Amino acid sequence: MSTEETNLKKIQVQRYEPESDPDQHYLNEETGIWAWLTTVDHKKIGLMYLASVTFFFFVGGIMALLVRTELWTPAKTFIEANTYNQIFTLHGAIMVFLFLVPSVPAALGNFFLPLQLGAKDVAFPRLNLLSYYLYVAGALIAIVSIVNGGIDTGWTFYTPYSSTTGGAVTTMVFGVFVIGFSSILTGVNFITTIHKMRAPGLSWDKLSLFSWSLYATSIIQILATPVLAITLALVGLERLLGIGIFDPALGGDPVLFQHFFWFYSHPAVYIMIVPGFGIVSEVITTFSKKHIFGYWAIALSSLAIAFIGFLVWGHHMFVSGQASLASMVFSFLTFLVGIPTGIKMFNWTATLYKGSIKLASPLLYIFGFFFLFLVGGLTGIVLGSIALNVHLHDTYYVVAHFHFVMVGGMVMAFLAGVHYWWPKMTGRLYNETLAKIACGIIFVGFNVTFLPQFVMGSLGMPRRYFNYIEQFQVYHQISTIGSYILGIGFVMIFYYLVKSIYTGEKASPNPWGSRALEWQVNSLPPLHNFHHTPVIINGPYDYHKPMDEFQLGLAESGNGHGTEVDVSSTEEKPQAE
Amino acid sequence: MANHSTSSHSRYLQHHFVDAEQQFDAAKMGMWVFLVTEILFFGGLFAAYIVYRLWYPELFVMASEELNTLWGGVNTVVLIGSSLTVAMAIKSAQLNQKRNIAINLGITLALAAIFMVIKYFEWTHKFHLGIFPGEFYAYEGIDHPKANVFFSLYYLMTGLHGLHVIIGIGLMIWLLVRSVKGHFDSEYYTPVEITGLYWHLVDIIWIFLFPLFYLID
Repeated sequence: MSTEETNLKKIQVQRYEPESDPDQHYLNEETGIWAWLTTVDHKKIGLMYLASVTFFFFVGGIMALLVRTELWTPAKTFIEANTYNQIFTLHGAIMVFLFLVPSVPAALGNFFLPLQLGAKDVAFPRLNLLSYYLYVAGALIAIVSIVNGGIDTGWTFYTPYSSTTGGAVTTMVFGVFVIGFSSILTGVNFITTIHKMRAPGLSWDKLSLFSWSLYATSIIQILATPVLAITLALVGLERLLGIGIFDPALGGDPVLFQHFFWFYSHPAVYIMIVPGFGIVSEVITTFSKKHIFGYWAIALSSLAIAFIGFLVWGHHMFVSGQASLASMVFSFLTFLVGIPTGIKMFNWTATLYKGSIKLASPLLYIFGFFFLFLVGGLTGIVLGSIALNVHLHDTYYVVAHFHFVMVGGMVMAFLAGVHYWWPKMTGRLYNETLAKIACGIIFVGFNVTFLPQFVMGSLGMPRRYFNYIEQFQVYHQISTIGSYILGIGFVMIFYYLVKSIYTGEKASPNPWGSRALEWQVNSLPPLHNFHHTPVIINGPYDYHKPMDEFQLGLAESGNGHGTEVDVSSTEEKPQAE
Repeated sequence: MANHSTSSHSRYLQHHFVDAEQQFDAAKMGMWVFLVTEILFFGGLFAAYIVYRLWYPELFVMASEELNTLWGGVNTVVLIGSSLTVAMAIKSAQLNQKRNIAINLGITLALAAIFMVIKYFEWTHKFHLGIFPGEFYAYEGIDHPKANVFFSLYYLMTGLHGLHVIIGIGLMIWLLVRSVKGHFDSEYYTPVEITGLYWHLVDIIWIFLFPLFYLID
């Protein structure tokens, strides 16, 4: 920093050391069920989201196992075709809207974004709680529609089928509409928080890459989700009032629905995966004890993905009858997404190079992420080429592709994040051996499930079909066996994580020796995160600097929001809180 | 920039903000970001409008003659006027003229109500003629097979806009009550400011809707 200071305000900076196992923390400062339900604390809201998304992950997972079990034989195995249609619809809708979209941003993001910014809370804590309740309300409406008639449209709700079929599509789209608002409000909250709530000294170039990824995600959430909301509102109104925007029988245009739907739903896949990228950056630096390679390249490539992601929706519609010129442009733009994603992959690999690598379970999950996401990404390039897409459209190849990205990429990153931050969230360490075994089981189970789907997809097995010809049976059976292995892995994770809450070893405030700000607070964190306003002098990945420069704080009064930090005034007085 | 005090002990300062300025900035930015989402929300309908107008330009010319340009125009003036008064309410707050805040909010509220009353008569008149959206469309006066689609769009877009006006009326009532109680002054007027931003957006959307539906020729 320059010494010719005209607008630099000198502030006293002291060093604070985090405590492990403090008497007062966010879980015991307010107690009782009512305090949980009305809490505006971002950490508790994050935990409530985490519990909810975990619940829906298991519900969606059971649906997946039912689908896979039914596909054991070419004809009916144990459920009716119509029930099968409803089950795969629910699997998709629950996993997308109730698990993937809110999982990292709303659960882990809520918990760690303010901590990484050195803030006491998000900008709008009450709005944050409202987001959570909208999510719950939307989920309840969705469950009611399942009980009350069921939905067999697939998670994409394509018109005119969705506007004419029976069942509870109207209430289902209303439920998704409400969940969409939850997502929008979270996005608004996070963008404002990142802009306005950063601690003194936390400039944009010291922002953690997880925060950068949440920032990119929030931009997509606020720009794409409203379009989904209005589209689903139109589907609902079409069923109720017959307004006929999409239904050709009433003069409407079904392809317009597809355009609107994918204008949201393609960027939505980046809502799901980009926060995962943020977790990768955090975990990789922590466990290789190295500064991130290409900080700006990674930060800005998230924004680039967000931007390009808005221009590629037509690649879902190559066979919908859109203009061939449009298809060519969309295909070309789709290839462009590979560039920022590739930049990230190379920078992560370069970060590991010559790092002091500790192969703990979070990093193991990240390695799983690398392999699986790479396959998912490269097959995405395959699907983006028009000629191949026409052949592979709506086959199991597509199913395998997006499961490699969503489960192999996003779920692996989510699990890495949960394992990485578990000691901070719960104050406990889990069983590391079991964690490594579970990671191996999931990696194997995942590949057994989805690799055969690439093969049968390229041989022509269409997705969503109840019956299939016998030559595909062996692939379906391998895939089904894989899905059981995968299920065992997830149950195992659930088991040892829950067990650790009760019997796990107490975690120190910074068990991984990370430089990031969230590790410099007590474990468990206090209700308002910081007893003092932290002053940020070093970046979150400055592993070449000594640890004792990392948690600097100043007293509650007389601090300056928006003041520049003058490093020269650093005065190091270790002091217990 | 607003000329408000940055005293860190404002009555309404929430615990997680360092000072009132940070709180004000955050609230304002949050509202701006929310307005972006509103534009995208309406954007879907505007996109549908563009598509159908490109396909059936003659339909839009014929059908728009059914709309009453006079009352549409009156409503435009009414809404622009309400945008002025809400801006004056904010200015009064900045100047610490507490009584004028309430007066200006009251006028805004009245204008918003007038807008909705006119809208009500426009809609009921059309219902009377049998002009309903979509499949319930029963009017014989327009000789075009897709006339129902035009009115679907008309009811959707003006209806969604009307819903926003009603929400705005609710917010104005809340602000009016608080301003009569004397909650707002030059130190603290964040709710007036951000509701004002919202109200301007509602106004601007109408400024697009009016020519797009009423003034096609």
